[in-house]
Amino acid sequence: MNQENIVLKTKDFNIFYGEKQAIFNMNLDICEKKVTAIIGPSGCGKSTLLRSFNRMNDFVPSFNCNGAIEFEKKNILKLDPMEVRTRIGMVFQKPNPFPKSIYNNIIWGPKIHGHKVNYDELVEDSLKKAALWDEVKDRLNESALELSGGQQQRLCIARTIAMKPEVILMDEPCSALDPKSTIKIEDLIDDLKNDYTIVIVTHNMQQAARVSDYTAFFYEGELIEFDYTDKLFTKPSNKQTEDYITGRFG
Amino acid sequence: MMKEKTEILINSNQIEKKEKSFATIHPGRRRAEKAFKWISRIMTWSTVFILLVLLYHLGKEGWEYIDWQFLDSYPSRKVAKAGIKAGLWGTVWLIITTAVITIPIGVASALFLEEYGVKGKIGKLIEINVSNLAGVPSIVYGLLGLAVFVRWFNFERSILSGALTLGLLIMPVIIVATREAVKAVPDSIRFGAYALGAHKWQVVFYHVLPVALPGIITGVILALSRAIGETAPLIIIGALAYVSFVPESVMDEFTVMPIQIYNWASRPQEEFHQLAASGIVALLALMLTLNFIAVFIRIKTTKRNIQ
Ligand SMILES: Nc1ncnc2c1ncn2[C@@H]1O[C@H](COP(=O)(O)OP(=O)(O)O)[C@@H](O)[C@H]1O
Ligand SMILES: [Mg+2]
Repeated sequence: MNQENIVLKTKDFNIFYGEKQAIFNMNLDICEKKVTAIIGPSGCGKSTLLRSFNRMNDFVPSFNCNGAIEFEKKNILKLDPMEVRTRIGMVFQKPNPFPKSIYNNIIWGPKIHGHKVNYDELVEDSLKKAALWDEVKDRLNESALELSGGQQQRLCIARTIAMKPEVILMDEPCSALDPKSTIKIEDLIDDLKNDYTIVIVTHNMQQAARVSDYTAFFYEGELIEFDYTDKLFTKPSNKQTEDYITGRFG
Repeated sequence: MMKEKTEILINSNQIEKKEKSFATIHPGRRRAEKAFKWISRIMTWSTVFILLVLLYHLGKEGWEYIDWQFLDSYPSRKVAKAGIKAGLWGTVWLIITTAVITIPIGVASALFLEEYGVKGKIGKLIEINVSNLAGVPSIVYGLLGLAVFVRWFNFERSILSGALTLGLLIMPVIIVATREAVKAVPDSIRFGAYALGAHKWQVVFYHVLPVALPGIITGVILALSRAIGETAPLIIIGALAYVSFVPESVMDEFTVMPIQIYNWASRPQEEFHQLAASGIVALLALMLTLNFIAVFIRIKTTKRNIQ
């Protein structure tokens, strides 16, 4: 199934928290401008792997890893983490806008990196891409905290887009949102994959089935099955996958 | 999936338990609630009442002498001609110098300890020690200031010596308050900034500091208010009781309002006691002004923070 361009590639990748191993011998390919979903029961290491892609695990003192994650022929683990994070953005489980204006939320990232761009255009462009422009265009200088949860999450996506990353990582981006906001974000993900490579962690299998092109099923830190989403959800080749997607264990 | 289901079961059990306990404890609990509310209310109002009585007496005694002449005259043996000018200007000089020296050092130390600093056992040790320093009697700082700033550094009995001494005194308060304010900044904001490729200093400077600022300013207000009222350490380092000039540089000798007030209050003549009351009114007014300015800054920074 590897006709596409591979953007991220983990190679025999292991993760440890102290003595405890959280990811085992992971070999996973993420394809360009596709949505890859990671599913699996709680605690199976979905977030752990996702956070390794943009080096956010560096903040966990007990974190340790070996193997490699290739990104454009370079090993992410050997790159400057700040550099990595500008190219691989992240949207968190709980919306975490900065306690600043909507406008400043978006320009902050590009500003600190000295990107020479027209900020007004950047704000409009990013908000449009995040399907938020129409709702906030008249109050760009108001606090981002006054937005609803769903709007805040889309603002966080806009903030990530403003950095013009290649990859966007999303860790259960809808788990704190109501169904309506969830649908909006899912539609948004569908639009975004024209421009970005997306990796989304979700515990919601319907969501994975709806938004993703590829799905990876994790169980206890191991990659059990990785395939086209259509195939994985209809004709899984592994018994464990089948049991999980049919709800027989979790 | 199994796990989730059992969790839900446990939750509903807990809810049932809660409801039951509500039903049984209800009547007694309600009475306790009411009593507690009233006791708290009485305590609060009696404190306010005592404060008001105090202020009333001060005002009544001190009002007579408070006028422009009082604020603009040097101390004198004649009550009618005596004033607080030297102490007033001494206090203003001293507090500004203290603030300029202490705030940057205190805030920076706290940020270092909290964001970069020493974690683990040594960090804990430093934390406990800083908190303990906040409880050391001020006269001890006076002795330290005398030995170090006045004698060793040869700053003599200057405003600089006084400010450095008071700086030592209030530094722990500023550090503790700043650390608390910084600790209260949610990690989700930090991670959000890091995920955009920010360096640590950018996260601290642009996100942690602005969010913590109102808390820091509150700590600084408290600390400076304490410094304004200090007398003992300044007497030790040799602030003068009789001063008939206004300082012109931080190397000048000085007196402060509390020392002047103490001096008047310890005279036998009744009129001087009234003068002392006037001095206290002036001191309180200065303190309130400073607090007011600080609250104003606080509101401004909170607003700007949002934009
Ligand atoms: N910061 C951490 N320190 C120690 N162990 C962790 C940490 N984060 C996650 N883990 C452990 O790693 C495993 C995978 O966790 P996680 O990646 O959060 O799972 P998921 O996102 O799939 O629910 C779990 O067993 C969890 O307890
Ligand atoms: Mg997770």
